[in-house]
Amino acid sequence: MFEFDWSSIPGALPYLAEGMVRTLQITFIAVLIGIALGTVLATLRLSKSRFLSGVAAAYVTIFRSIPLVMVLLWFYLLVPQLISRIFNRPNLDIRVLASFVAFSAFEASYYAEIIRAGIQSIPKGQFAAGNALGMSGFQTMRLVILPQAFRRMIPLLLTQAVILFQDTSLVYVIGLQDFFGVAYNVGNRDGTLVELLLFAGAVYFVVCFAASNLARYLQKRLAS
Amino acid sequence: MISIKGVSKWYGDFQVLRNCSAEIGKGEVVVICGPSGSGKSTLIKTINGLEAFQEGELVVDGTSLNKRGIDLAKLRSRVGMVFQHFELFPHLNVLRNLTISQCRVLGRGRKEAEENALKLLGMVGLEAYCRKFPAQLSGGQQQRVAIARALSMDPVAMLFDEPTSALDPEMIKEVLDVMVDLAKNGMTMVVVTHEMGFAKQVADRVIFMDHGSILEDKPKEEFFGSSGSERCQQFLSKILAH
Ligand SMILES: Nc1ncnc2c1ncn2[C@@H]1O[C@H](COP(=O)(O)OP(=O)(O)OP(=O)(O)O)[C@@H](O)[C@H]1O
Ligand SMILES: [Mg+2]
Repeated sequence: MFEFDWSSIPGALPYLAEGMVRTLQITFIAVLIGIALGTVLATLRLSKSRFLSGVAAAYVTIFRSIPLVMVLLWFYLLVPQLISRIFNRPNLDIRVLASFVAFSAFEASYYAEIIRAGIQSIPKGQFAAGNALGMSGFQTMRLVILPQAFRRMIPLLLTQAVILFQDTSLVYVIGLQDFFGVAYNVGNRDGTLVELLLFAGAVYFVVCFAASNLARYLQKRLAS
Repeated sequence: MISIKGVSKWYGDFQVLRNCSAEIGKGEVVVICGPSGSGKSTLIKTINGLEAFQEGELVVDGTSLNKRGIDLAKLRSRVGMVFQHFELFPHLNVLRNLTISQCRVLGRGRKEAEENALKLLGMVGLEAYCRKFPAQLSGGQQQRVAIARALSMDPVAMLFDEPTSALDPEMIKEVLDVMVDLAKNGMTMVVVTHEMGFAKQVADRVIFMDHGSILEDKPKEEFFGSSGSERCQQFLSKILAH
C-alpha cells in the first residue's frame, strides 16, 4: 500500500506561492496583450481591404496550426537575440520575456476569432447608426460596436483565460519556474512527486472550476 | 437642398435603383412610398452616403457625393437619419446616446452637449427618461429618443426610413406627432412611410417607387387625387384599405 507523505508541502508553500505569482503574471499579461492584439486582428480581418484581412487571417491560421510548445521554444530562441540587439540589457530574464511574448502572440490568434464572432453578432443597423451620426469607421467600432461586443464576449474571454492559465505550465520547457514547475522540482527533490503533483492539480482544479462557474454565471446573466 | 439626378445602383446584376431623379428644396417634406423591395430604403441611404451608387449625380446642401474623397462622415453629421428599428446604442443611457456624437464628432463640450440633449428630450417629451437605458423604454419612446439623437447634430435635413412600421399601433401617433411638429417648424424631411395620414397632413410632395424606379413625384393634392398611374392607384387602395 502506498503511503502518502504530505510533509514536504508546508515548507514548500513560499516557493509554490512564488511559482503561482509567475503563473498568474504570464496569464494576465497574455490575456491583456492577447485581447488588445486580438481586437486589432479581428478588426483587420473584417476590414474591407483584402490585403489587411488576408494578413490577419494568415496570422490566425498560422498560430492556430502550430503547437503552443513550439511557439514558446521559437520565441525563446528568437527573442534573446532581438532583445539583446535592441535593449542591450544583460540582466533581463529572457525566459520570462519569451514566455510573455509567446503566450501573448499565441492567445491573440484565439482571442481574434472570439472577438470577430462578437463583432459580427452586433446588428448591422448599429454600424449604420454610428456612421449616420457622422462617426468615422474607427469611432463607430470603438464607441458603438466593441463595447457591446465585449459585453457579450466576457464569458468566452474568461473561458479562454482559464485554458491559458492551464497552458502556462508549458513554460517548464524553457526552464521557467511557474507554479507547476516549482511543484515538480520540490517533489523531485524530496521524493514526493506524486503528492506535489496531486496538490498542484487540486489547486489548478479549484481555480479553473471557480472561474468556469463564474463564466457560466455571467453567461446566464447576460442571456437574461 | 437635396438634388438627385439619374441615380442608378446595382447589387451585382440586380438593379436596385433605376435612373432616379428628384429635387427636394429647403423646408420641404417629401414622403416616399411603394411596395416592399422597391428600393425606398436604398434611395434614402444614398442621400447620406450610407449606400454608394454607380451612376448619376447627388448633391446634398452644396456637397456633391460624386466627388472622390469627399468627407462622408462630415456630410452624414449634417444629415439626420432615423431607422425603422431605432438603433439606439443599448450600452449607453438616453442622455449619452444624445451626447456621444455631439462630443466625439462635433467636438462639443460635455456641458453644452448635455444642455442641448435635455432641450431636445424635452421637445419629444422624454426629459425625465434621460438616465434610463434604451431597453427600459417602449418602442415609441425609443423612436422619439432616436429622433432627438438625430436632431442633436443640428442637421440641415432629416431622413426617416419607415420610422413607425416596427411600432405597436398605439405608439405610432406619439412618434408621428413629433414628426409633424418638426415638419411644421420647417425641417427638410424625406420620409419613407406608408402612413398616408401623415403624408396628407404635412407632406409637400409624395414619391411613389416601384422596382427601383420613381414612377410618380407629385404634390400631395395631385397624388391623392384620381390622376395617378394604375400601379400607384392599386398600391394606394391596398394600403388605404388596411
Ligand atoms: N446588400 C444587398 N445585396 C443585395 N440585394 C439587396 C441588398 N440590400 C437590398 N437588396 C435588394 O434591393 C431591393 C431594394 O431593397 P430596399 O431595402 O431598398 O427596399 P425597400 O423599398 O426599402 O423595401 P422595404 O419596404 O421592404 O423596406 C430589394 O429587392 C432587396 O432584396
Ligand atoms: Mg426599407
